[in-house]
Amino acid sequence: MKLATGNVARTGEVIWWAGDRWSPDVAEAVLLAPAEGEALLAREAVAEQVNDLALVDAEPGPDGRPRPLHVRERIRAFGPTVRPDLGRAGRDWR
Amino acid sequence: MYRYDAIDRAIVEARVAEFRDQVERRLSGALDEEHFKPLRLKNGLYLQLHAYMLRVAIPYGMLSSRQLRMLAHVARRYDRGYGHFTTRQNIQYNWIRLEEAPDLLADLASVEMHAIQTSGNCIRNISADQYAGAAADEVADPRPWAELLRQWSSFHPEFSYLPRKFKIAVTGSATDRAAIRFHDIGLQLVRDGGGALGFRVFVGGGMGRTPFVGPLIRDFLPAAEFLSYCEAILRVYNRFGRRDNIYKARIKILVHDLGAEEFARAVEAEHAHVRTLGIDAPEAEVARIAAFFADPPFAGGLPDTVDDGGDPAFSRWLRRQVKPHKVPGYRIVNVSLKPRGGIPGDASAEQMEAVADLAERHSFDEVRVTHAQNLVLAHVPAADLRAVFDGLAAVGLAEANLDLATDVISCPGLDYCTLANARSIPVAMKVAERLRDREAELGELKIKVSGCINACGHHHAGHIGILGVDRKGVENYQLLLGGSGAEDASIAQILGPGFTEDGVVAAVATVTDVYLRERQAGERFLDTFRRIGAKPFKEAVYG
Ligand code: SF4
Repeated sequence: MKLATGNVARTGEVIWWAGDRWSPDVAEAVLLAPAEGEALLAREAVAEQVNDLALVDAEPGPDGRPRPLHVRERIRAFGPTVRPDLGRAGRDWR
Repeated sequence: MYRYDAIDRAIVEARVAEFRDQVERRLSGALDEEHFKPLRLKNGLYLQLHAYMLRVAIPYGMLSSRQLRMLAHVARRYDRGYGHFTTRQNIQYNWIRLEEAPDLLADLASVEMHAIQTSGNCIRNISADQYAGAAADEVADPRPWAELLRQWSSFHPEFSYLPRKFKIAVTGSATDRAAIRFHDIGLQLVRDGGGALGFRVFVGGGMGRTPFVGPLIRDFLPAAEFLSYCEAILRVYNRFGRRDNIYKARIKILVHDLGAEEFARAVEAEHAHVRTLGIDAPEAEVARIAAFFADPPFAGGLPDTVDDGGDPAFSRWLRRQVKPHKVPGYRIVNVSLKPRGGIPGDASAEQMEAVADLAERHSFDEVRVTHAQNLVLAHVPAADLRAVFDGLAAVGLAEANLDLATDVISCPGLDYCTLANARSIPVAMKVAERLRDREAELGELKIKVSGCINACGHHHAGHIGILGVDRKGVENYQLLLGGSGAEDASIAQILGPGFTEDGVVAAVATVTDVYLRERQAGERFLDTFRRIGAKPFKEAVYG
């Protein structure tokens, strides 16, 4: 499965597609089938509000919420692992 | 230090206004990202993993207290209260909002700073010896020449679209503190038999995917022909450097493919023409620039001894962080940005302000940034050392570890960088913690960590280098031994198969065991490695 993600053009903030809107919280993200994700990215690209739009591999985590498979995307979701004070509370990048 | 003239000021302010307009058009939708991205990169604004990152140029690593306070203000006002000093003597901010970037750049411009040419295939910020103008072993001050290069290379129309980025370093000492042989051009000031000033010119050094120690292509370049010769090098590169393959586009590949002699011949031929074009700075202009770097008003007859008062922490710091100065009664103070448990090169706004205050009170109002991600107060009276130590200790910057095992260089790695394969900072921190207890026993040991092959953490030049790679989606680390970025430059060699994060930390501890077992009197880790070779280290790590 996939997650759609990118960075807000105006602020640079990391965001995840949450079904009907973008959310900064990966816990709100929805898993997409690849074709569904491609269609979403094509739509979003036109709006030019989100940079570096991408689909990343993910699966439901132990808590049932989506968990990116690659450490890079988990770090994007969490924040720098060396500055947990700046990260998203309650998330674990591991 | 150098102060902007009306032209410097006008071009930087014009650039801020231009970028403000470009950002407005991007945010209004009039510019799409495809067209905007090259424009923001021309102003040092990258998009990284978590946000935009701004890389601010610090010409030859030199800052006034006022500028350092502005960097603190930027950290607080536009970022999250800190900045990261880099291996190219610059500073990066990790949490910049595009909509605020024009105001940020306007603030920087108010103290004669900018982020121009900190990205892209142009001549990047010029780096230099952090002890410039203070070192006892200096032939001549490299900063006037670095400043001349800055002015020559800023907005140079012919060199705005080179095959690839281009980095130049200048030093005025035989002791190389600027890693000149790992730069596209490395310049070392020397005097000839008659006492005339000139340069030894090294071209084609670099790290990254294909590391090279830059060969010498000119043994003595008269100072008067400095700019025309650099122009000739750039022209040869611009014409013959490869543009078909990004991995082969740096000048090091051209120099390697042609051979240093043939490359030098091509430069000499080009120079024969270029030197007739009137590019070289007139003597009066060189003197005008040099005057900005004249000695500050050093006091004569200051006491030249320091009493540690029996304080072991102060005594350790004096021995480690404090270096001789060319003027009796003064010292060079190295400020460690590798505090216990800290992130290499990171400094909080409060720490920057504290160092700026100390510089203002005790070091003629200036600070330098080093390629090893530390700071330097270059002209401190010996009698003020205690006050400086206390001031640094108050903000957690009085670590005594210069060039020791805990003075680890690290790039941002996968914690921040979009190009990274693996995290580098946590590895650097774990290695430092693992070796802390034995760092005094280990002596000089330069450990450098990069999160990918681009080598921003200079792993090729580490006595011990660590390179993060991606192994099927999992972070993995290669261990390299035997590199040096100093005057005895060499490229570290990969020891063998890679490790997990904890595995590489253990392997680093193991190679230091081998060193302690095998070393002869007076040998650094690097010396022992060079004498006995990789085999004993390999056996201990993989045996
Ligand atoms: S070495 Fe690689 S990971 Fe580290 S900062 Fe440079 S590009 Fe990023």
